[in-house]
Amino acid sequence: MTDSERAAGSERASGPSASDADDIAIELRGIVKRFPGVVANDDIELIVRRRHIHAIVGENGAGKSTLMKILYGSLKPDEGTIIVDGTQRSFNSPRDAIAAGIGMVFQHFMLADNLAVWENVVLGLPGRLDIGRSKARIEELSARYGLDVDPDALIADLGVGQRQRVEILKVLYRGARILILDEPTAVLVPQEVDELFDSLRELTREGVTVLFISHKLDEVLAVADEITVIRAGRTIAQVKPADVTARQLAELMVGSELPTPATSEKTVTDVVELDLANVTVAGAGRNALESVSIRVRRGEVVGIAGVEGNGQTELIGVVLGTVPTTGGSVVINGHDMTHVGTRARRERGLGYIPEDRQYDGLLLTQPLWENEILGHQTQSPNVRGPWIDRRGARKRTAQIVHDYDVRTPSIDVEAHALSGGNQQKFIVGREMLAEPQLLLAAHPTRGIDVGAQAAVWDHIKEARRRGLGVLLVSADLEELIGLSDTLLVILRGEIVARLDPAKVTPTDLGSYMTGARAGTAA
Amino acid sequence: MTAPTTAPGIEPVSAPPRPRRSPLPRALIAAAAVIMVMSLVGHVANAPDFGSSGNFGAALRLAVPLLLAGLGGLFSERVGIVNIGLEGMMTFGTWFGGWAGWQWGPWAAIVGGIVGGALAGGLHALLTVTIGVDHVVSGFAINIIAVGLTRFLATKLFVGQEGASQSFGPAIKGTLGKFTMPFTSGGKLFGWKTPDALGVIERHRWFFVSDLAGLLRGLTVELSWLTVIAILLVPASAYVLWYTAFGLRMRSVGEKPTASDSLGVNVYLTRYIGVLISGGLAGLGGAYLVLETSGRYQEGQVAGQGFIALAALIFGNWRPTGVALGAGLFGFALAVQLRSDASVLGLVLFVAILIGASAVWSAIQRKWVVAGVSAVIAAWFGWYYAVTDKVPTQFVYITPYAVTLLVLGFASQRLRPPAWDGKPWRKGQST
Amino acid sequence: MRRRILWGLAAPASALVFTVVVASIALWVSGNSPATTFRLMWTSSDSARNVVAILNRSIAYYIAGLAVALGFKMGLFNIGADGQYRLGIVIAAAAGAEMSLPAVFHVAAIMIVAVAVAMAWAAIPALLKVTRGVNEVISTIMLNAVATGISAYLLSNYFRVQAAQITQTKPLSRSAWIPPLNRFIRLFGYHFPKNVYLNGFLVGAIAAGAIYYLLVYRSRFGFDLRASGINPFAARSSGVSPRAMVVKTMLISGAFAGLIGIAPLLGDIQYHQYSDTFPTGLAFTGIALALIGRNHPVGVGLAALLWSFLEVSTQVLSLNNIPQEISQILQGAMVVGVVVSYEVVRRRQLVAVAKEASQRASAPAAVVPA
Repeated sequence: MTDSERAAGSERASGPSASDADDIAIELRGIVKRFPGVVANDDIELIVRRRHIHAIVGENGAGKSTLMKILYGSLKPDEGTIIVDGTQRSFNSPRDAIAAGIGMVFQHFMLADNLAVWENVVLGLPGRLDIGRSKARIEELSARYGLDVDPDALIADLGVGQRQRVEILKVLYRGARILILDEPTAVLVPQEVDELFDSLRELTREGVTVLFISHKLDEVLAVADEITVIRAGRTIAQVKPADVTARQLAELMVGSELPTPATSEKTVTDVVELDLANVTVAGAGRNALESVSIRVRRGEVVGIAGVEGNGQTELIGVVLGTVPTTGGSVVINGHDMTHVGTRARRERGLGYIPEDRQYDGLLLTQPLWENEILGHQTQSPNVRGPWIDRRGARKRTAQIVHDYDVRTPSIDVEAHALSGGNQQKFIVGREMLAEPQLLLAAHPTRGIDVGAQAAVWDHIKEARRRGLGVLLVSADLEELIGLSDTLLVILRGEIVARLDPAKVTPTDLGSYMTGARAGTAA
Repeated sequence: MTAPTTAPGIEPVSAPPRPRRSPLPRALIAAAAVIMVMSLVGHVANAPDFGSSGNFGAALRLAVPLLLAGLGGLFSERVGIVNIGLEGMMTFGTWFGGWAGWQWGPWAAIVGGIVGGALAGGLHALLTVTIGVDHVVSGFAINIIAVGLTRFLATKLFVGQEGASQSFGPAIKGTLGKFTMPFTSGGKLFGWKTPDALGVIERHRWFFVSDLAGLLRGLTVELSWLTVIAILLVPASAYVLWYTAFGLRMRSVGEKPTASDSLGVNVYLTRYIGVLISGGLAGLGGAYLVLETSGRYQEGQVAGQGFIALAALIFGNWRPTGVALGAGLFGFALAVQLRSDASVLGLVLFVAILIGASAVWSAIQRKWVVAGVSAVIAAWFGWYYAVTDKVPTQFVYITPYAVTLLVLGFASQRLRPPAWDGKPWRKGQST
Repeated sequence: MRRRILWGLAAPASALVFTVVVASIALWVSGNSPATTFRLMWTSSDSARNVVAILNRSIAYYIAGLAVALGFKMGLFNIGADGQYRLGIVIAAAAGAEMSLPAVFHVAAIMIVAVAVAMAWAAIPALLKVTRGVNEVISTIMLNAVATGISAYLLSNYFRVQAAQITQTKPLSRSAWIPPLNRFIRLFGYHFPKNVYLNGFLVGAIAAGAIYYLLVYRSRFGFDLRASGINPFAARSSGVSPRAMVVKTMLISGAFAGLIGIAPLLGDIQYHQYSDTFPTGLAFTGIALALIGRNHPVGVGLAALLWSFLEVSTQVLSLNNIPQEISQILQGAMVVGVVVSYEVVRRRQLVAVAKEASQRASAPAAVVPA
């Protein structure tokens, strides 16, 4: 422990006789967790002070989630020790962690929609059901921590922010003194984020320790008392927000050896491939998309940046033709496609790299050559008249495997047997070889290894040079800045900024995405 | 299995608060209105037995097996396991009930029916919960097995017994005995015959009041003890499911098993218990058939009642009172055809008025399409009532199914099945 | 590759073992020798009479299996095949008796009526599903009962021959008969015993199987259909309209269901009219066969033959004081055995593949620089 850390600790602990050891809620030493082929956590060291909001930051895949699962008992570490409140612990299941006073709020809420708040809270607790007392206790906790939760409300009627507070309440009801929140702001709109942060500060005042996982640096700097940075499964640094700038923190998080996808020369032409004009999509409550206008020209990559859940899914659906619009028009390749189905759009040269390849990009149980047909069922060389052309499809598949370096023993292998990176390369190849005029790429490199990522970027750049128009939706800011010719920021279903990727920094972009800054900087 | 629906990425920031439900008074008002209409129909259609205690008594006898199996379906689907196998579970109940009743008398038949149904339920749970077979496939398999196994067992154990054959079991000796409510309906209390107040009122044929008395008397006179048990099971089920910790666990695993699992609820075990209860109740329904309608096992006597029970479950929106209402309504429809042609015709008028009322209601709510279609259907029923003097029995037979289809078609938004009903779930699943 | 075939064989083999074990236990418990029983069943199917009986019986089963299998292929449960078949065949039998057409046209016209009525009935659950979101399992269960009621009503009020003892439609004229295949078999120098007729609609069943194969496995439509069944979201993103697909699939499944009754109605000399003695439960058997045959036309065919074999070959048992009902135990055990073993094998296979994939992934990972 360094002197500065020691000083910070005692400065915080204003209680009468808080000794140093008493002041530490969680201590992790030398945590190692290996998965087949991957070392997810490699010698993690972590010290979390009591009554602190402690943030753990790192990129997607840095090992944050694994670490939290270890702390919550759903995974067992291969090496290392866990010390909670001064006692060394070994968790076999979340039950043990709960018993030790640790509670977890998952990113995907664990709430049953058709049950009332109080039912969700008391579910699974031992003993008889005392409805009156349970509700009273919920009201009391809600008041003490400023959570504003009605125990009788039905979950289905609650908004996202309220649901999250129910999750927090659920954990507190079980007596947790240490709260882990996994990417809690990913699903929140800015004012909900502020409310959440107020609640968290209230919690620490009441003696709760909060462990906060995020990759949004502005939020972390705003709320955390201390920050631990994780990169590639290792703890890189433990810092205080006052001591670092967002820029320094981003460098710590990203490192310097990652490939930067810098596009070379401009290839943008004047021919418009995609023209969204004032597109509006209804949502639950407010509109999911509000009068969105986007133009993609030949040879242009238009990047869409934004915090997840701000209308990106609907935007993708509108272009693909799976989400109906309530206003505006969609013109692809000069044809009004507003009320035309997906197939016609695809026949007009729309290629699609899905956000989640297993969800809507592949038929996992089918051989590769059948997956090659998917999305191009009406196009040569896959069909002849109303019949499937097996030979043509197989030939095309072999070409994809060769040209796009898909590592597979044969084209008869079922898609689920391929690794994620190879599945992604296969999808990119499938879409590219169909020679699209417009490519809709959603998170094209999510969850794949660095090598495959570079390959996918190269393929997109190459196609752009040949005149492809690309609408790129991504959460990876480096990817967006590196590949895009134009960068649009989406917030609450609206395009709020148009930026020049050559001039914008990740930190700047982040502040536009969270609504901290507004306006046009292009 | 269902057609993909576009999942909106954003939940509403704040939804308007839903008014708290207070189902009981509204249900009472609705019931009173329905009886009022029945009374009216009885007078207009000149079918005095339409709302008579005899008719309600018959309706009750036909409704009890539906009610028991429907409650069985409730426990299964509330834990998230779709139960197409109710029919087969009832069939198990008839054989085991018939066999145990023949061996040891009527109360043993009840136990036998429950055990038999629970055996089938156990198989359904094994297939769906442990092995992960599709629920509909498994339920379907149960129905096939039930037919084969009961026939095989009947051949082995009943053939050659007195009065028995492959399709008829030996008679069950003795009955459960009857129960009549004292004071209101003339039941005996310590050997003293109390007055039959409702009977007196009913005989006066006062509009509405007599019909109400008829209904109440029909539901309180000469009841089998099994009927009393079945009726008591409705509040009991509601209590268990909504007011106990265990019931909360059961409902939670049918809504979001991953959430239950994250809170330490044993999802598999809870589902097993739910499906076992389901089988037991359906088997009890089978035992009722054996005890109260034939006095012995009879091949094929379930005859689709498991499916009507499923219809009652859906009609009843997966709630005990709703299931009871559905079973009562379908039982009533089936009972009417046993009475008189005029009664059946009364039923047609009754349906016309009900659908007409729902058309008006939809129009008030500005649901024009639904209102229009309902109005056309109501008009058709009204016209049919006007021009016909004898309704074919086949049409009465299809009433429960057709009613359920109409409810599904017009009110499916109001139906709220358990969210995870029928979906596969394995431990360790992330959502 | 070899491993895939092994996995493919594991499921049916274990289902068969399971079936035999369950049946043996049932027989043994009830005091019969399993060995004797199985031997009797096997030897009974030696005779030409029994072989033809098995084939004849399997025709309607097979078509019913195809009707259900087609729905299963896109994840739709057409439990309503029973109602579609019943309504179709009752109306077709009545309409056919009123027509007078030359031979081939008469047969074709009756088939068209049966198919059209069945498709119309199948359209109801399809439309309820796409417009109102009603689950097709529930709606088809209800519609089966409604179809039973309506067909009974039509039969007893309009179609029935008043003079007849049992409820039946007017007999069809000879031009509507599908001739038995005996004469065709005779070309190969084989003569059936007296009163043994091979149902001529066997040809129709084989054609239906071929159409099913081409439609599902070789056509563009079939690709869309299978894709929708395997991953509806991927299918939608690939350009398949989920609603249109539900309607089309349900209608085609209904069309197959409409053909279920053709073999008994037109090809079985016992009938040539619809009556109360018509075989029941055909479409429900179809569900079992689709499950056993894994929705593949060859698999469903084998399942139909096996099912019929069980029913025909157990008839001899009662002569030997063994309950003939063992056939239903066997059938039930077979369905359970098949669904269980396929599910277990599928799970095992997924685990094995995942392990393999992670091993493959670990090899290059070691080369990646830290």
